[in-house]
Amino acid sequence: MSAALDIQGLTTRFDTRGGTVTAVDDVSFSVDRGRIMGLVGESGSGKSVTGFSILGLIDEPGRVTDGRVIVEETDLRSLSPDHLRSMRGRKVSMVFQDPMMTLNPVLRIGDQMAMAVRVHEPMSKAKALERARDALGTVGIPSPEERLAAYPHQLSGGMRQRVAIATALLHRPAVIIADEPTTALDVSIQGQILAEVRRLADETHTAIVWITHDLAVVSSLADDICVMYAGKIVERGTAEEVIGQPRHPYTRGLLDSVPGQHAPGTHLPQIPGSTPQLSHLPSGCPFRNRCPRATQLCASAPPLARFGDHTALCHHPLETT
Amino acid sequence: MTAPLLEIDTVSKRFPLKATLADKVAARLAGRSAGGAVHAVTDVSLTVERGEVVGVVGESGCGKSTLGRIVSGIYAPTEGTVLLDGKPVATGREDHVNKLTTRVQMIHQDPFASLNPRMKVGETISEGPRTHGIVSAAEVGDKTRALLEQVGLRGDYADRLPHQFSGGQRQRIAIARALAMQPDLLVLDEAVASLDVSIQAQVLNLFLDLRRDLGLTALFISHDLSVVRHVCDRVAIMYLGRVVELASAERLYAEPKHPYTQALFASVPTLGTGRQDFRPIKGEIPSPIDPPPGCAFHPRCPFAGPRCRVEIPRLTDAGAGRTVACHLNDGGVGQEAAA
Amino acid sequence: MSDVATTTGETLAEPAAAPIETRAMRIKNFWSDFRASKVAVAALVVIVTLLVLAFGAPLVAPQDPYDMAMLDWLDAFLRPGEVGTGGYVHVLGTDNAGRDMLSAIFYGLRTSFTIGLSAGALALVIGISVGLTAAYFGGRVESLLMRIIDLQLSMPAILLALVLVAVLGQGVIQIILALVVAQYAYFARTTHGAATVERGKDYIEAARATPLPTWRVLFKHLLPNVLPPLIVVATVQVASAIALEATLSFLGVGLPLTEPSLGSLISNGFKYIHSDRYWLSIYPGIFLMITVVAINLVGDQVRTVLDPRHAR
Repeated sequence: MSAALDIQGLTTRFDTRGGTVTAVDDVSFSVDRGRIMGLVGESGSGKSVTGFSILGLIDEPGRVTDGRVIVEETDLRSLSPDHLRSMRGRKVSMVFQDPMMTLNPVLRIGDQMAMAVRVHEPMSKAKALERARDALGTVGIPSPEERLAAYPHQLSGGMRQRVAIATALLHRPAVIIADEPTTALDVSIQGQILAEVRRLADETHTAIVWITHDLAVVSSLADDICVMYAGKIVERGTAEEVIGQPRHPYTRGLLDSVPGQHAPGTHLPQIPGSTPQLSHLPSGCPFRNRCPRATQLCASAPPLARFGDHTALCHHPLETT
Repeated sequence: MTAPLLEIDTVSKRFPLKATLADKVAARLAGRSAGGAVHAVTDVSLTVERGEVVGVVGESGCGKSTLGRIVSGIYAPTEGTVLLDGKPVATGREDHVNKLTTRVQMIHQDPFASLNPRMKVGETISEGPRTHGIVSAAEVGDKTRALLEQVGLRGDYADRLPHQFSGGQRQRIAIARALAMQPDLLVLDEAVASLDVSIQAQVLNLFLDLRRDLGLTALFISHDLSVVRHVCDRVAIMYLGRVVELASAERLYAEPKHPYTQALFASVPTLGTGRQDFRPIKGEIPSPIDPPPGCAFHPRCPFAGPRCRVEIPRLTDAGAGRTVACHLNDGGVGQEAAA
Repeated sequence: MSDVATTTGETLAEPAAAPIETRAMRIKNFWSDFRASKVAVAALVVIVTLLVLAFGAPLVAPQDPYDMAMLDWLDAFLRPGEVGTGGYVHVLGTDNAGRDMLSAIFYGLRTSFTIGLSAGALALVIGISVGLTAAYFGGRVESLLMRIIDLQLSMPAILLALVLVAVLGQGVIQIILALVVAQYAYFARTTHGAATVERGKDYIEAARATPLPTWRVLFKHLLPNVLPPLIVVATVQVASAIALEATLSFLGVGLPLTEPSLGSLISNGFKYIHSDRYWLSIYPGIFLMITVVAINLVGDQVRTVLDPRHAR
């Protein structure tokens, strides 16, 4: 089975006053139908820019300079702007941290969802509304019929995010890119949405890229994980492999610094220093000046260490723990 | 036994809603009075002993941040008192609050918003102690540098502006600003919530170090259960303005008693391998403008009975210093099977 | 190593990583953004030139047009380019009293700038005080002050200025006062808007929770953060003060001809505009237009550069 989403060598650069910075640096991964890929990183790691780059939503002063984004055998980067627009929402959809990025505040939920349906598929409004109602039901919204008549501001944050997800699902896209969709929500509401998303991936066979900073969320939701640091994917593997036996020292440090697994009141293991500015990266491995395993060798570009399908971009990957 | 450092005694805070003209007309026509209120905090009592770190945990709208601001002297409570060493923290009503003490200091969630972007960090740290005569003009420079070093920054950073620092560094500066006032009590309002995991660990370690070195007393407000477990001695769980469970961290995490606490623990994703089965709480958090009658949690509670719909549960003793506000712990929920 | 890292962790990777931006660099960046618009740079050059000509008028003008002893009736109504009894070319001609128009315009510019700048500065100070007070204290104080401001802004500034000048009488001080009263409301409203946004931010709450005295919160915390939008309003208001003063003088209620401004020059020349002696009012008019347009162009570019959405 071919992958629903296949990204090869995606590179995005931004022109800033201080020169050109590479926000997404040679990123490659693929996601099969029905699987959830967790794209994890801290702020400034380039995880969100990767999401926007996939959909071709990068604005000046940024631009995607290289790579292929293949969705069901079509390279999105080779399409004309009009053609690309027709793919968005139909083949690839995006869910944002703030659902109001998708929702129009002055239109009823039903009207805007019906509009989203009919943009890509001409049909009667009644039929489109029916489709919208079904989509709302799919994401676990109670009494979807009533919600169709509501305006976004009448819904809670959690409900709005469900509507945004339902809108993304309208055309049964092959791929959904979700950028921190539960970060702004309360844990009890996040739990509800994670459960629905898990079920959706299984039932609709949509490939999902779940962009987040929250390791606990990906570890309990995703099938596969990519860890990003300074624009690069530094580790990639199944969730079990990456969480259970991290190979990259950065992933290890990140996992260790999550509180809750250590005796209360004790020092947490921590990664020294702060996330680097893209304009001031060290040569070679970008993590080397924070890395406990760094040697002189790390001043040169790190190789891709392979452990089966599990890979780490590192000179000194952790062998066994 | 000596008196606790901080005594919060049956504190309530309501924010009146501004009624628009249209609301007033509609209310008049419907024959009711216009303008409700947000019941942010209702009947909260809590004490903090010297040297203790008490966690306040809850979801949005539970009133934890409002409680923190009342303790910090930013808001005055609508009812009840907040005493630090037996003396009130602030006087005043609604808009005009007069803070009486410098001994409670607060650390905000967002270090990008809590530092004046146009003031050098040295002045940000030193202006409080200087205006209150805590340090003399002669030693203010040395003191500021010492504080910066104490929070793990370089002393010569005093001459820089906040935008030259990362989020973690800014939060250290905010901590230095609070410590400069030599407070007896720190209120940390989601102080690590906006930081990246690796930076969050650094700041939590700093807090633990400072606690050990300075014997800090703190009210630690957070939505993050694992962070709270790591740094707090006792934990209060809040739901819709009320404390529903209060226990030592150890006991609470070992065995949550209140159905809401249990549900909260069950919905938190944990770090582990393999997919997790979420057992989410059903329904949404009700609005604090119009909280449900009886127990505020009853519409979402799997154990709710008829008594829960009419009678507000009181905090009752559940043994070993734990108190729980649930009818299950206080004579049962009444007849009729749970829905 | 790892023990050191526990509390001083952030400093380890520090020196190379932090971008150090000094005040000098901020100004440099501001200038390089400002320079992006050629029109704005040209306008700035024009303003600086006009300022030099206006305030250096006694040095650069060929004649002191208000020294009656220097004027000669024989020189009246000389066309631009003609040579008068003084033996030099009157580049822009002379007026009905034999004044060199170019000199009169330079002196007039000086009056206009003096009035515009001082009225703008005073209105800024008063407007900031009113706006900050309203935003910080809120409640009834805010309602009362802002209703007054709204009421005033609903009236045309020129009308208010006319009434005030009629009451106060003619003269530079009176005009400045009238302009201040007519214009402070714009500053007050902008200050109030910006301060209301800033007031809700955590750093103000942190300052109040320290607690710091009210004056300190107002002037050390709130004020520096509401200044940028006010700079833009200030430039535009200086231009509008100059234009307002010219209008008042043109209508004959502004400055007497003994204290000439561009407005009174236009007014004086207007009598002759139908008798082919166009230069008496056209040239002061052109200078007025250039001044006002140039200030507005610079103000627009400052607004663009200071706009946070513009930041890269």
